[in-house]
Amino acid sequence: MTFRLQPEARSFWQKAGIRTGAVLLALALSAAFLSVNGKDPLEVFSAMFGSAFGTRYGFSETLVRTVPLLLCGLGVSLASRMQLWNVGAEGQFFMGAFAASGVALAFPELPAVVLLPLMAVAGAVAGGLWCLLPGVARAYLNTSETITTLLLNYVAINWVSYFVYGPWKDPKGFNFPLTPTFSQNAWLPVLWGRVHVGLILALAAAAILWWVLWRTRWGYEIRVIGESPSAARYADMSIVRNILLVMFTTGALAGLAGMMEVSGLIHRLQKDISPGYGYTAIIIAYLARLNPVSLVVVSFLFGGLQAGGYSVQTMGVPLATANMIQGAILFCVLGAEVLTRNRIVMRRRKEAVGA
Amino acid sequence: MTGDITLGSMAVSTLAATVVAGTAILYAALGEILSERAGVLNLGVEGMMLVGAVMGFMTALKTGSPWLGVLVAALAGGALALVHAVLTVSLRANQVVSGLALTIFGSGFSAYIGKPLVGVPLSAPFRAVAIPGLADIPVLGKILFQHDALVYLSFLLVPALWYWLYRTRPGLHLRAVGENPAAADAMGLNVYLIRYACIVAGGMLAGVAGAHLSLAVAPSWVEGMTAGRGWVAVALVIFAIWNPGKAILGAYLFGGVEALTFRVQAMGSSISSFFLNMLPYLFTIAVLLVATYRARRGRADLPGALGVAYDRETR
Repeated sequence: MTFRLQPEARSFWQKAGIRTGAVLLALALSAAFLSVNGKDPLEVFSAMFGSAFGTRYGFSETLVRTVPLLLCGLGVSLASRMQLWNVGAEGQFFMGAFAASGVALAFPELPAVVLLPLMAVAGAVAGGLWCLLPGVARAYLNTSETITTLLLNYVAINWVSYFVYGPWKDPKGFNFPLTPTFSQNAWLPVLWGRVHVGLILALAAAAILWWVLWRTRWGYEIRVIGESPSAARYADMSIVRNILLVMFTTGALAGLAGMMEVSGLIHRLQKDISPGYGYTAIIIAYLARLNPVSLVVVSFLFGGLQAGGYSVQTMGVPLATANMIQGAILFCVLGAEVLTRNRIVMRRRKEAVGA
Repeated sequence: MTGDITLGSMAVSTLAATVVAGTAILYAALGEILSERAGVLNLGVEGMMLVGAVMGFMTALKTGSPWLGVLVAALAGGALALVHAVLTVSLRANQVVSGLALTIFGSGFSAYIGKPLVGVPLSAPFRAVAIPGLADIPVLGKILFQHDALVYLSFLLVPALWYWLYRTRPGLHLRAVGENPAAADAMGLNVYLIRYACIVAGGMLAGVAGAHLSLAVAPSWVEGMTAGRGWVAVALVIFAIWNPGKAILGAYLFGGVEALTFRVQAMGSSISSFFLNMLPYLFTIAVLLVATYRARRGRADLPGALGVAYDRETR
């Protein structure tokens, strides 16, 4: 008994249904795993949902996590549009946070109107350059950017560790690996609770990216190169130049996310500034099908998943649960993708063809 | 003792540490070579290694047998790889995304499972066993033949895999499937089945790679303990031009950088350990750049159909 995939056009609602079904399947698998481990999955899920969206505080925690996820996700998705896999948003996030912190610590007296933009530029440029290195290698040597961006994450994290354990360590910090708190001039204004202006800026970034992709010539080139490099070459579009530009921009977005995290939330640089935002961003970008508008929604949901995962630790459920669920969702949606274009036809044949 | 002797013995012990540090990467790289030779890129090595490490550790802890640990680690790596096979071969999903999903899932899953195992000592790890006779060879004996069993097994695996790939009929079939699946299909080979087998075997080797870290090198479980070695292995496959014989060279180069870093740190160098920790990754990137530069000059030997799903209906 084998199967065959038969191409079939599906309506918008059918596709949406298939994808929702895939997410539900992932949740069901996660639930099964939790119950095998002696946890009541319904209790865990409802606690996660309740703490992420049910209370005012939880909702603000969800929004706080949405900001870095959205910015990194926008970056990753822009690169993916050109079939470039930026797996290094985590490292670019760290480098952005590092550069912004450097500015904040060096010029604590500058007024906020000058200091904050300066920090943002420093963060974006640092993240952008960190991603441009693999971009150059990809553009001129065809070196796999997937591997280089990923390996640079470890370099960036060690780099930040060096500074928070060494030259930048807070002398009054009881030897913890963190810098002194920034001066108030370096704090992003707060909207309410812990939610800072970064949320609005991240939403603006999504809008701008949408506009760039569908309303500008550069966006058009990116989409053409992504869909058909040979057509792009025929149309005289410079692939090398676009690889460099896109890699810089994608890194800059992640770097900006790093700047906002230290400026808007933590108010200092420390060793652990990210629970893997850069990696989750890859999942988000894929689930949103690289669309900036869908990215807003998916980032918000994943922000909730992370906030919820954080809060259920008190129930003895490890923080890693959220990561596991994320991975499972990506698996299932990826597998279901084929169903949005094909129908599975079962058949009996003598020789095995499928699996 | 004179200075010369200490320096010499230090070089020998660093080289011995090189072999130990390179072994996990070697297993992982051999597994990835199998998978990529059959035409399927698997970026999930890091995740499969982590799951192999934690499952192997847990098994060895419960049963007291490191060998059972290796077996379970291989099965766990193989099981994850099977998911990748279903997605990429049968459902023709994007190989890059599926591999990334595997890595993300693997790190989450291993962290979850391994939570109660952090800091637990292992009473029965793999211990170094000197091979009688060979271990007494001056210099080489110390470098190569005073290690744990998994290291010796990797010595055997490299020539075996090389011979199998390049000198046997099934090896030829495997390469044909990765080179030109349509032609292989026309020859009467079962492309799907061969790809499944290679992906799963590759995952099993990645699982063993993880087990070597948690059962012999560490021996303990720490969250995220593979620290990017899976990605290093993927990079080394390109450096090795998909050849098991060259993979051993790459793995030991990386192991050497790691061993040297350790040595310099132990000597109390003034260089920050954080900078030293970066070296293996920077070194891998450098090696990758050289390899791709060489490939651009026409010396590439990458499997022709690498990364492309095979669809029998549209051949």
